[in-house]
Amino acid sequence: MATTTATDIAGTDVAVGPSPSLRRRRSRLARRNALIGWSFILPNFLGFALLTLVPIVVLFYMSMTNWNVFGTANWVGLANFQRLVGDGSFRIALFNTLYYSVLHIPLTFVVALGLALLLNSKLRGVAFFRTAAFFPYITSIVAIAIVWNLLFSPDYGPINEILRAFGFANPPGWLTSSDWAMPAVVIVSTWRDMGYYMILFLAGLQTVPRELHEAARMDGANAIQRFFNVTMPSLRPTTFFVTVMLTINSFKIFDLILVMTEGGPGQSTLVLSQFIYTKGFEESQFGYASAASVALFFLCITVTVAQFLANKRRSA
Amino acid sequence: MTGLMVPIEDRRGLRKLADSEPTPRGPRSGSPLKRVGRFAGYTVLIVAALALFAPFIWMVMSSLKTANEVFSVPVTWFPEIFVWNNYVQIWTNSDMLTWIRNTMFLSIVVTFLQVLTGSFAAYGFARIRFPGRDALFLVYIGTIAVPWQSYMIPQFILMSELKVSNTLWSIVLLQAFGAFGVFLMKQFYETIPEELSEAARLDGLSEYGIWRRIMLPLSVPALASLGLLTFVNTWNDYLGPLIYLRDPNLWTVQLGLKSFVSNLFDTNYALLFAGLTISVIPIAIIFLVGQKYFVEGLATSGMKG
Repeated sequence: MATTTATDIAGTDVAVGPSPSLRRRRSRLARRNALIGWSFILPNFLGFALLTLVPIVVLFYMSMTNWNVFGTANWVGLANFQRLVGDGSFRIALFNTLYYSVLHIPLTFVVALGLALLLNSKLRGVAFFRTAAFFPYITSIVAIAIVWNLLFSPDYGPINEILRAFGFANPPGWLTSSDWAMPAVVIVSTWRDMGYYMILFLAGLQTVPRELHEAARMDGANAIQRFFNVTMPSLRPTTFFVTVMLTINSFKIFDLILVMTEGGPGQSTLVLSQFIYTKGFEESQFGYASAASVALFFLCITVTVAQFLANKRRSA
Repeated sequence: MTGLMVPIEDRRGLRKLADSEPTPRGPRSGSPLKRVGRFAGYTVLIVAALALFAPFIWMVMSSLKTANEVFSVPVTWFPEIFVWNNYVQIWTNSDMLTWIRNTMFLSIVVTFLQVLTGSFAAYGFARIRFPGRDALFLVYIGTIAVPWQSYMIPQFILMSELKVSNTLWSIVLLQAFGAFGVFLMKQFYETIPEELSEAARLDGLSEYGIWRRIMLPLSVPALASLGLLTFVNTWNDYLGPLIYLRDPNLWTVQLGLKSFVSNLFDTNYALLFAGLTISVIPIAIIFLVGQKYFVEGLATSGMKG
């Protein structure tokens, strides 16, 4: 059953000029290989295609119809998208998603990197802390959101109590205030995510060559110079990966907000995913919700591709 | 798209990380400047630890308070009397048992299917060369940049057409065939030397035999990572069940607990916290047992969620 080895040979000895019988044998083997390969992939692929690929393709069709709860769909072309542009709620949702991302991405990045640098040192107890720090990441959103909601409670919550103890007479209303609700959500999501990104950074830090640090030290570089000229350049693949993941995960933020604020107060924490959810599942405007989904889709794809291109240019 | 994968050296670093015991260090002294730095380091570490754990401590402590004490002013951190009865109450007064049974069923079935189909497909991607393979893998990777929220609507309509929405199978279908498992397992298989499977092939083992008898036993750590992450993800999932499971008999723990928070003032928050604590305990146990695999699995490619 030396099937795959045969393709290896087939791939490498082109120069010899194969005889017809050999070629026939080869194509038979290639077919056989394809068959075996697909048989491995198929069980997963069936589910993946049915539940991910097909819905993504159908999404584009749906966004151009007025598909409703009865399943009747008329082609409406770009009408849904025109409606989106004029929809005040959609614009608020888009703005809030970007607002959340602009706060969440740099904050999480800096906190996670800072923690990773600290935990990469030789302090006592770091081994325990390394694993403990991402426990929030694997705790359920529902539990986290409910607990933090009470921690943020303006009158009865420990957070404002601590703030008052430190002399802030009028601490923020957090989730009851349309100005402070989004920062509160960002605090919770940063608290939850930082352990995960910290692990990624820590893994990257292990690969920074020790000799480079030593050499820089010999040349008289101080800690800050070494950080910017040795650590950061060596961390490039990791910082890139972290940025891409942070961005996608920020754009699709939903469940935390759904449990913490349900988009409120007013529409101050309404985000894109929730707009889609409300239009689709609560108002049964599947066509219109699909158009908003297409917007989210392109937002994520465009930014990811742009990040890849920028990364390529920088490393070229 | 290879940038999406954590470089192999990173993962080696991780393995080192996960195994590492606290490194022995030299004499404790050092220059005064160093000592100040160390002091600052510990201060930050302690503050960070407090910030990390305070919400959990508060949750557990509140689960042992009386309903009124949760909202007392000034805030009390420790309950005056420990009301263990809260746990009995939430267990008897809610459908906790049904929720846990449903969630358990989903987590186990999804984990089994994800690990099985994921590792099987990963072998096809990692070890068998055939036309179109790399393009197909790119499609798998590409979907990582597509958030589930953007295609949840067509997916829901599809599932409704298949008559599986509002059954537990909808969640099984939703979670069990993700690209994540394939990706994680493929990464691992590529670190196993090709010579091993080559030798087995010469001994007359079929590709399926090689997967079963050579790759699976060698990839136990990766299987553990994938299994634990999938289990935890399914246990914690809120949006999937929210959309698909309308019948209260099908609710998961997350849906059940969320339904408990109807109104700030007629919810007994002490009971709610007891429920939350119960829901977090399985995760905490799994985490303590398998923390090493979590570190590796999460860092290899935490693109789920």
